[in-house]
Amino acid sequence: MNILKKAFVISSVASALSAGSVYAEGTVEVLHWWTSGGEAKAVGELKNAFEAQGGTWIDSPIAGGGGDAAMTALRARVIAGNPPTAVQLKGPGIQEWAREGALNNVNDVAESEKWDGVLPPVLAEIMKYDGAYVAAPVNIHRVDWMWANPQALETAGVSEMPTTWDEFNAAAEKLMAAGIVPLAHGGQPWQDATVFEDVVLGIGGADFFRKALVELDQEALQSDTMIAAFDQLRTMRGYVDENFAGRDWNLATGMVMRGEAGFQIMGDWAKGEFLAAGKVPGVDFLCAPTPGNGFVLNSDSFTFFEVEGDENIAGQQVLASLIMSPGFQETFNLAKGSIPARTDVALDAFDACALRSHADLLAAIENDALVPSMAHEMAIPRSIRGEFLDLVTNFFNSDMSSEEAAQSLAAAVARAQ
Amino acid sequence: MVTRTQKPVPFSQKFESWLPRIVVSPLFALSLFFVYGFIGWTLYISFTKSGVMPNYTFEGLSQYERLWATPRWYVALGNMFVFSGLFIVISLTIGIFLAILLDQRVRIEGVIRTIYLYPMALSFIVTGTVWKWILNPGLGIQNFVRKAGFEDFSFDWLVNSDYAIYTVVIAAVWQSSGYAMALFLAGLRSVDDEILKAAAIDGASAFRTYFSVVLPIMRPVFLSTVIILAHLAIKSFDLVIALTGGGPGYATDMPATFMYAFAFQRSELGVAAASAVMMLTTVIAIVVPYLYSELRGKKR
Repeated sequence: MNILKKAFVISSVASALSAGSVYAEGTVEVLHWWTSGGEAKAVGELKNAFEAQGGTWIDSPIAGGGGDAAMTALRARVIAGNPPTAVQLKGPGIQEWAREGALNNVNDVAESEKWDGVLPPVLAEIMKYDGAYVAAPVNIHRVDWMWANPQALETAGVSEMPTTWDEFNAAAEKLMAAGIVPLAHGGQPWQDATVFEDVVLGIGGADFFRKALVELDQEALQSDTMIAAFDQLRTMRGYVDENFAGRDWNLATGMVMRGEAGFQIMGDWAKGEFLAAGKVPGVDFLCAPTPGNGFVLNSDSFTFFEVEGDENIAGQQVLASLIMSPGFQETFNLAKGSIPARTDVALDAFDACALRSHADLLAAIENDALVPSMAHEMAIPRSIRGEFLDLVTNFFNSDMSSEEAAQSLAAAVARAQ
Repeated sequence: MVTRTQKPVPFSQKFESWLPRIVVSPLFALSLFFVYGFIGWTLYISFTKSGVMPNYTFEGLSQYERLWATPRWYVALGNMFVFSGLFIVISLTIGIFLAILLDQRVRIEGVIRTIYLYPMALSFIVTGTVWKWILNPGLGIQNFVRKAGFEDFSFDWLVNSDYAIYTVVIAAVWQSSGYAMALFLAGLRSVDDEILKAAAIDGASAFRTYFSVVLPIMRPVFLSTVIILAHLAIKSFDLVIALTGGGPGYATDMPATFMYAFAFQRSELGVAAASAVMMLTTVIAIVVPYLYSELRGKKR
């Protein structure tokens, strides 16, 4: 309740203040949960840029739970008729709120700046509702990365990063024989789901991924390919150490850094951990995409809610334009560890893994192998994603058979729709 | 009895008799609205198709059908019964046992009583976090005993899907047995000395005295302790979140964490409301008959 009260007080003070504001370049109140370390720095970049051109930025950070507390506060404010100007909201959540009629569109800015031309089509679709842009993406995270410790691999006799899941299994066996934990994993439902969707991409390819995890086709969910994916997940369950339950993702990254484990399968925010510890890509850690020749997309974005008043609307337009400006995209993503959402930004200042990410992104767009992440809320609404997470984490933590898992998954998805 | 005359009751007297009702009525109205009114709202929402925002079109029982088709709900319900049953029984037993021991007029009774009652002062989050470290196989008891030489010792209940719920019981019992002990100690102290003397004259051993004479006298204390422990058990959201985060997978899920996950993390207000209503009916089904039987018995 304290958080809700606080948000209420902040917003009422803010509206009182902004009513008497003399700034001509807009006022925004931004609700987000980037409160730790690199993320806070990154959102600070946006704030500085906004204020540099004369606007007023009112910060409403609400920490905790991957956004749960913030979403609760958001819901309360929308019901009260007092939404914030911009909210850190992504994926199908944007369409859910748009359906409730709670969003403003920034299509004028999008058309004049030609966003359609510089964003990957998959991402542009997610940012739109009814053909008009209602949100602006700040970055592109890649979910299907494999991180490895080269010294550990050398000790075990693994000469190169695996390119298929079978090669991964072989490498993992060698690591186990050498006494090193093959896969550093944190036993939280979203991490189990991250590994699961990377396995699905590798076993079935991008088309199967789309059919099963995005379009939720019942046949695909019960198919032999899905059973094979669960088999591979069961194999990988044997490659994690016994203390994995409840471990945070950054602690698993630490295991790889110290050479206690060989691989970690995690998105490119893990790269931020390595870089913050002073590790050099290629020397202290290796990055390679997980098998599948695809690209699993995760993107943070700011969504614009229905506010009234020239100040606020001007603020939204300016913020949208600023978020998509090449200069901001570069500074923000250098701080956050991802790559710009705009495909035409020069990446001279980025590290080798980011460059690889960008090259793979362009290739994936061409080969139609770019898929939105299920585990990170880009492909399906939270209600259905919840069912996926429940099933995958239950499968990972029990001895359920793969056939049963595929059947239960199909039933769960049918239930949630 | 003095017969009343027909003198009219003065206003000040009428006012004085009404004054308590007037003073309590705002609080009463607030409770009525905020507690029962919102229970009614939740009940209504459980019959709608609410997702991310409340939706007020009546849908019938679809959310209940969805709820009872979700495997995770059965795990949560099972956990609630296992946890509540074990927690209440073990806390009562330990509480009564400690109270009887303390009742033997030991010397530093005050200090010992404080030590046993101390865990109650901690919040469930602290209890959960500390026990998480103690029960962690790599950091806590298992590690310690292994380092002490017993290489084969294993105590990995915390990360085992089948046994994780019992770790929650351990932490909760540790926290609350002191409270049960304090309640029973107060009850024991109120037992009449004459009865104990009569039992001793009749030749009853200490065990029989306690078992057949004292405990039956303490039935009201049992009632209040069980009600308090039951409410702690149903409410145990923060302990589960701090200790296991829902457990390996969702093995230690409870209806409270289930409801939170569905309402706030999965934007499914309808299902969450249905689960909340089920929690309420479970509590009513157990507590009301117990209360009724105990309080009705008083009038005998």
